[in-house]
Amino acid sequence: MGVGEPEAPYLEVLDVAKHFGGVQALDAVSLGVRRASIHALVGENGAGKSTLGKIVAGALAPDTGEVLLAGKPVTFGSPREALEHGVAAIAQEPSIVPQLSVAENVLLGAEPVRGGLIRSRSLKRRFAELARSAGFDLRGDVAAASLGTAEQQKVEILRALSRDAQVIVMDEPTASLDARETTQLHEIVRDLASAGKTIILISHFLKQVLDLADMVTVLRDGRIVKTAPASSETEASLIEAMLGRPLTATFPPQVFPAEDARVVLSVRDLHGPGVEGASFELHVGEILGLAGLVGAGRTELARTIFGATPVHSGEALLATSSRLGRSPRRSLDAGVAMIPESRKDEGLIFGRSSTENSTLSTLATFSALGIVRRRGERKAARTVLERCGVRGASFRAPVDELSGGNQQKVLLARMLLCEPRVVIADEPTRGVDVGAKLAIYEFLVELASEGIGIVFISSEVEEIVGLAHRVLVMRRGRIVDELAGDSITENRILAAAFADQSSEAAAAA
Amino acid sequence: MTTSEASPSGRWITAERARGAGARFVRRGGILIPFLTLFIYLSLVSDPFATKANLLQILDQQSATLIIAAAGTLVLVAGGIDLSVGAVYGFAAVTSAHFGLHHSAGLAIALGIGAGLAVGLVNGLVTTVLRINSLIATLAMSFIISGCSALITGGNLLVLFDKEAFGKLAQTEFLTVKTSIWVMLGAVLVIGLLLAMTTAGRYMYAAGGNAEAARLAGVRVDRIRILTFTISGAAAGLAGVIDTSNVLTAQAAPNQTLTFTVLAGIVVGGTSILGGEGAVWQTVVGVLFIALIGNGYLLLALDPLYEQITLGGLLLIAVALDALTRGLLRPGVAIRQFLRRTQRTSRSP
Repeated sequence: MGVGEPEAPYLEVLDVAKHFGGVQALDAVSLGVRRASIHALVGENGAGKSTLGKIVAGALAPDTGEVLLAGKPVTFGSPREALEHGVAAIAQEPSIVPQLSVAENVLLGAEPVRGGLIRSRSLKRRFAELARSAGFDLRGDVAAASLGTAEQQKVEILRALSRDAQVIVMDEPTASLDARETTQLHEIVRDLASAGKTIILISHFLKQVLDLADMVTVLRDGRIVKTAPASSETEASLIEAMLGRPLTATFPPQVFPAEDARVVLSVRDLHGPGVEGASFELHVGEILGLAGLVGAGRTELARTIFGATPVHSGEALLATSSRLGRSPRRSLDAGVAMIPESRKDEGLIFGRSSTENSTLSTLATFSALGIVRRRGERKAARTVLERCGVRGASFRAPVDELSGGNQQKVLLARMLLCEPRVVIADEPTRGVDVGAKLAIYEFLVELASEGIGIVFISSEVEEIVGLAHRVLVMRRGRIVDELAGDSITENRILAAAFADQSSEAAAAA
Repeated sequence: MTTSEASPSGRWITAERARGAGARFVRRGGILIPFLTLFIYLSLVSDPFATKANLLQILDQQSATLIIAAAGTLVLVAGGIDLSVGAVYGFAAVTSAHFGLHHSAGLAIALGIGAGLAVGLVNGLVTTVLRINSLIATLAMSFIISGCSALITGGNLLVLFDKEAFGKLAQTEFLTVKTSIWVMLGAVLVIGLLLAMTTAGRYMYAAGGNAEAARLAGVRVDRIRILTFTISGAAAGLAGVIDTSNVLTAQAAPNQTLTFTVLAGIVVGGTSILGGEGAVWQTVVGVLFIALIGNGYLLLALDPLYEQITLGGLLLIAVALDALTRGLLRPGVAIRQFLRRTQRTSRSP
């Protein structure tokens, strides 16, 4: 670091903007990163931090603006080009070839060759040099498949170092690591920085960020809120910066369920893929918010209750004492409907009409002796599609032709036709515009006021605060907090969602 | 790009919509144009072509292919593929002939069809319960079944020339048309209506269009796929029995050509090998189109060596058109959605 005078930034991002479809992911973002420093990017889901990381690492091209390296503008057409300029990215999920050895993985694509043949002895020597210089205790001759995630990340780091990377972008490197591995990785990151490498660290874990980073940049809605030395920040100040925005949507007035509302769904110690024991009760007419970070287990919990993934142990029971979690069909027949997380991959049948998509779950009720009564089907579909406010194309045209919000409403229509007692809505407003969002909010509130119990999953905390009567916060597959009444605030939810293992350990001690 | 630049005129959208509709027509009914063109051309250049005898003969020769291809359409629509139909056809033929030698024709016919149905059921179970890719599973099954056929015949030609009752299934004349054609028409009609009008048919489109979405919407995707494979097996069985009844002989011979003729007919008809799209009537036109080409070569006394080259080229064109119209449809939708969005944002700045 310079003595006294401010050093020119090694990596600069100037006025970068990027949009995906109608969503402005980054807007006029400028950033300077000093050489040999650790610079963290934080923000809510969708704030644009990963997009920024990808632009720096060449995985995405900015719409406008430029990236400067050592004062010179660079344009990377691909991660490979970025690597040639000394910029490497290490993804959350390491990309290794499991069949190859560790050494082969590290030098993949840069093997020492002679006459088209790989010189394995010099490959081993090269690997040993790299591992020694990085201070890694890693064997080169074992299959990469046998490594744990932290070790696989070491492979990625060595890969970056082998290409002489000067800038390393790490996107959520500790998300899939346990506490010991996390500490290990922190050591490595510090060592890299003191060896002159520049690190961009993208992370959800604010405590880790404050521990590790020299500078922190907070992003919100694609813009930089502030960039400050980590030493002058606290977890609270970062959360406030991440949040402090005006509401982008207003919510319909809440209609609370009666004090003595019956329980309609009870989940007891449910275990499944990504669900590590969840218990809760849902009441008639209640909107129960399920909050947490992406990957905290909310979708997994929803899918396990619905029967889309197997229940390992525990149970989910309806008030009618039908057991859930066996198959989607049985859940639907018992009166539970789910709006899946991804309408494209899990919701709609593209190429088929809005009518067919809306009646898919209840087709049997529109048929006699297995033959679909088209007229009755169309009539019922029209009624329900109109009630859900689907607009934009004929109901007989392929559902592909509708906008995202209207496609989502087709799924609401399908759910409505099931006449459910319980609705699990997983990110129902993702990727839809503000108008459609409002319509979906009103729709959910209306359903609840009719006595349907609703589990509402959202990554947008303000939605949870605006709609939910009660909130469960999930982290690492478990429900870690329950909030009701006045204690439902964005701060409380985020604090519970972001609290990491160190604070958990502190609480346990 | 700014909003004002992209702000569209109405004509633009209409042109885009027309292109989307055109692409959709090429996908759904495009086969009709070359079929009718070829039909009219052959009627003009060849006198014997448009005669009842010739046309009925084409139908008679194609009845096995048409039945199998109609059922194969269901398999493809539901997202699978059945490469075992040629082997199952042969297996059903030798099974029915084997029993036909010593038992009643009715029993022999039922056992032949039942054998096909059973193999189809196994295909369905293997591809769904064991989660083996249907391409590989049915390919493996075709070897197993061909082996079984050889075991039954012991390598001999089974001759049923003296079993008149067995021959009645295909060779009886009804309203001046052979029963092989009537049976084919009935089977194709039932299979076509099953796909077009029933809940099961609707679920096939859903399972092939997006299996996970269909499953989450409560469609029992595995059961639907098992059903399509079972129908495909039973159809191949029926086809094998009909042809045996027609010629009154059967032997264990590999029938890979039949499998590929069937697939060619389905794909030329416009059913996508990717699943979720297609119709039985398209398959019928596709199979007949290929048959007309063969008939044309025969009637016009062209060198039959070129027939295969023509067929191969046609198949490539059909698949390329499928890919192309998908490409045309998707950007069409994407562009329209983009235009709609920019209109919206320009209205509410």
